[in-house]
Amino acid sequence: MADHFEITDEMKAKIGKESPPWFFEVTTTGVRAFARGAGITDRVYYDEEAAKQAGYRSLPAPLTYHGTPVFIPGESDETFSMPLNADVTVEHGLPNTIDGGKETEYFEQICAGDTLTCISQLKALDIKVTGSGNHMLVTTIQFAFTNQHGKVAVIERLKVINH
Amino acid sequence: MSVKWETINLGDSIPELIKQPDLTQLVKFAAGNGDFNPLHHDYKYIACEYLGSVLVQGHYRYAVLGEMVMNWLGHQQVAKVKNISCQHRGMDFPGAEIICKGLVAKKYKDGDNKFVDLSIWTETSDGKQNSPGKATIQFA
Repeated sequence: MADHFEITDEMKAKIGKESPPWFFEVTTTGVRAFARGAGITDRVYYDEEAAKQAGYRSLPAPLTYHGTPVFIPGESDETFSMPLNADVTVEHGLPNTIDGGKETEYFEQICAGDTLTCISQLKALDIKVTGSGNHMLVTTIQFAFTNQHGKVAVIERLKVINH
Repeated sequence: MSVKWETINLGDSIPELIKQPDLTQLVKFAAGNGDFNPLHHDYKYIACEYLGSVLVQGHYRYAVLGEMVMNWLGHQQVAKVKNISCQHRGMDFPGAEIICKGLVAKKYKDGDNKFVDLSIWTETSDGKQNSPGKATIQFA
């Protein structure tokens, strides 16, 4: 834990920085894998006939799943699978990372067969001081996903806490 | 289940969803999610050795909150989740229960549109709320 942390002018200058576009594929295999990973048992995420009977074009993406980022060795992060140039966070030197949570806003239904283009953006940098006086850096990153029809499908904001 | 706007009342609880992911489930989630952070599968990872365990992914908790909401809402063309969110305030460990809960926090109209706000959260078996959040559903 850091008893003091300062957001420098150099860090502040990166607020608003956007990544180049990066791409997510929503496939039947990917939808099934995510649903299986979360232990979801609803057949609509696995069976295309069930999905169509429920009114979907194909398997619907479960809530909080927006497809799988296209992974290319050497160009994508081996741990988090996103393109290396999609990272809009600042260099801060703090060793520990916590997932602070997400907010997801939906505009269009996402189904298998969709291709989403994502732009990530550094939205905010804040300091949070704990009750014991430790300083944590809270980074807010926005991910805006546009579908193959050019429509914004999802906007998601992630808070990353470093200490 | 497919809930109808007319039958929803302020304060209604939505059906609980109980999960108890083991380490293998966390590995399946990592594969489905593309996040291979060793914090969630490698007991020898330095942070896991310090904590004494691997941790359940924050996104796993988020996903199962979403599952609970959809189980209650059902797949109806006249009702869509417009917004869902959660924060992560505590740790969950493989083998322990994650109890997803929710209740109707607000029911309202905005012009011709009808909305329900849910307060949603995950709890441990001893009642600790680790992932509080909310969801907004729009009814046609």
